Amino acid sequence: MPITFSLSDRSLHARDHFHRMAADHMRPISRKYDDHEHDLPTEWVDWYWKTGRFTQAGGEGASDGFVQVCIQAEELCWGDAGLYLRTPFAGLGGSAVGATGTPEQKQRYLAVFADPSAQPAWGAMAITEPGAGSDSAAIETTATPSGDHYVLNGTKIFCTGGDGAASSPAGFVVVWATVDKSAGRGGIKAFVVPAGTPGMSVVGLDRKLGIRASDTATLRFENCRVPRANLLGAEQVKRDDDAKQTGDNGFKGAMATFDASRPLVAAMAVGVGRAALDFVKEELAKSGIAPRYDAPPVQLTAIERDLAEMEAELQAARLLTWRAAAMMNRRLPNSLEASMAKAKAGSAVTKITQKAVELLGPLGYSKKLLVEKWMRDAKINDIYEGTQQINLLIVARRILDYSSAMLR
Amino acid sequence: MIDFTPSEEQALVVETVRQFAEKELRPIARKCEETRTLPAEVLARAHELGLVANALPDAFGGGGERNAVTAALVAEELAWGDLALALAVLSPALGALPIADFGSEAQQQAHLPRFLGDGFVPGALAIPEPRIGSDAFRPATLARRDASDYVLDGAKCLVPWLPGGDDVIVTASESGVAHAFIVPRRAAGLTAMPDATMGVSALPLVDLTLSGVRVPGSARLAAFDVRRLVARGRVALAACGVGLARAAFELARDYAKEREAFGTKIAQKQAIAFLLANMAIEIDGARLLVWEAAWQLDQGDDALREATLAINQVKRVALDAADGAVQVLGGHGYIREYLPELQLRNARGLSAFEGIALV
Repeated sequence: MPITFSLSDRSLHARDHFHRMAADHMRPISRKYDDHEHDLPTEWVDWYWKTGRFTQAGGEGASDGFVQVCIQAEELCWGDAGLYLRTPFAGLGGSAVGATGTPEQKQRYLAVFADPSAQPAWGAMAITEPGAGSDSAAIETTATPSGDHYVLNGTKIFCTGGDGAASSPAGFVVVWATVDKSAGRGGIKAFVVPAGTPGMSVVGLDRKLGIRASDTATLRFENCRVPRANLLGAEQVKRDDDAKQTGDNGFKGAMATFDASRPLVAAMAVGVGRAALDFVKEELAKSGIAPRYDAPPVQLTAIERDLAEMEAELQAARLLTWRAAAMMNRRLPNSLEASMAKAKAGSAVTKITQKAVELLGPLGYSKKLLVEKWMRDAKINDIYEGTQQINLLIVARRILDYSSAMLR
Repeated sequence: MIDFTPSEEQALVVETVRQFAEKELRPIARKCEETRTLPAEVLARAHELGLVANALPDAFGGGGERNAVTAALVAEELAWGDLALALAVLSPALGALPIADFGSEAQQQAHLPRFLGDGFVPGALAIPEPRIGSDAFRPATLARRDASDYVLDGAKCLVPWLPGGDDVIVTASESGVAHAFIVPRRAAGLTAMPDATMGVSALPLVDLTLSGVRVPGSARLAAFDVRRLVARGRVALAACGVGLARAAFELARDYAKEREAFGTKIAQKQAIAFLLANMAIEIDGARLLVWEAAWQLDQGDDALREATLAINQVKRVALDAADGAVQVLGGHGYIREYLPELQLRNARGLSAFEGIALV
């Protein structure tokens, strides 16, 4: 098939469907849960759990696969990125179970998300530690074998969805811990810790610049015992540096999860950026200001130039995102393209939303509108799921054909 | 279904053109720039590849395979070799494609076969004007009806003027509406003065003066659509810009992997590595914008917005890439023994050109 930009009928339906969902159920409570940071957004959670998750977008024929998933995320984050992250989803923890779990593990942890009779549930992934952010290999949380169990000890911070995952009846947290510190990355394994497991506790919720509806938790593990059956992937330890090449499911599993999640996070970023850009264009249009594409540069106003650049930057970010997602459809390795998309989307929407506040002047800065919120929400995309710098580092290593030892 | 992988057919075309650019264009780029020459045998070999002929209607012996996406892929590869040579190689499109798109049956019959013969025949298209605020949509060059003729008055610039061409297509306004006319190069009142520019020196460019140039009514392109012509030009130029940017990026990357400082390759320094990473990301993003605009043209849709966003983005990205390449090479980037200084001069030209290439 040649290069094609047309979206499938299913994607177009999904775009409309999730746009309506975002406009009807997220936007009206956007400000409320930005103001009330740690309150559970019950309107959205209950509606989504009872109704939203069972609605059908419709459409016929072939699917755009992961591109359609990106479109859904973009629409919902156009609605509200914080509420999107607070949605009762299996989340990144679910992605890890889906990518590296056995059929039995998938059934045990993921079935609830399709069960109409269950209570709302969340999944989350806990990697970051006070001393190990982007440098995941420096993880210090330990998992010590003890009979049929592992015993987890350590502290995880910045765990998105961590409160829901650790507190909801069927929730679970995928925790990355080392079984052998001397083995470096090869010693890092993932464990599913179901909500309510003794020894796991939520010890704090972060107060943030943006995405305030999202529960970003600090989790503590104190002699937290989980069955060996909760280990994701292989149990044996591969020595450091072998881990990436030999198909080990520990560290490599985490990295593979990122290859799949970075395009999704990039799509979420595009949604926030588009919220701001759409709004600014609508507001300026009311004042008779619309970007012209047929005027010579010397005639363009500064605002027209800004708008055109914002449009181009947003679309470049979106297309890089869709490319990384389309490669997943073809089962092509996409870690370069995923990091490119993530890096571009993060920086583009950070700039776009900041510019949006500027263009609207005092209105843009006021809490009467949501633009200032979108600017605060957007910035997280430059930070989580690999900071701008980490993604640049990954891209740099790929384009230079350097190992992590050659480019640190 | 959305997909960003070229088809096997497109990949084959790209590979053929890439080899041509690597073997025939890149090695002579510097010499052609310095001597302001254009080897006829290179143009002849490009003609044999059928890069423009493939896109012309089969009724006149063309390949009948008009496809803006494929043309964008081709333009990128050629410009990766060298921008001036790419524009020269693609110049027949300037004469042929507007006639294929907007010409009457008779105009196509009269003009298209010439581009489909045994030898390379250049075309010329005159859109930009030598004034502040040159406006493709509202030419200051005027067309006045006189009985069954048109009389053209005005000035044009940056018009490719390769030897061996017969006509130039000139845009001009009549009552505020942009039209296009096929004007013989030898028409009375038309003077062409060679212009020297900052870059693309291998490409002969002229300033045109039109004073009372009289053409018959039949010289006007019957179904001229300035939006579509400009969109096609912006996509083509943007595709060339992507090729130029990629070439600059690759030179910088390869140099950085060779050059040592303080005991390591400079590519191992994050200051350099991140600059290269950003170049790579921006180039890929800009390329996707170009492809989307080209694809939209192929659907028959108005693609002016997408084409404009694409060329705007490419102007920034290509200039940054060329500037970055000069910077990475340092002193070597500034001397004429290496290509980045030429790429920097060429990249700035992207903001001056309009309708210097077409898809």
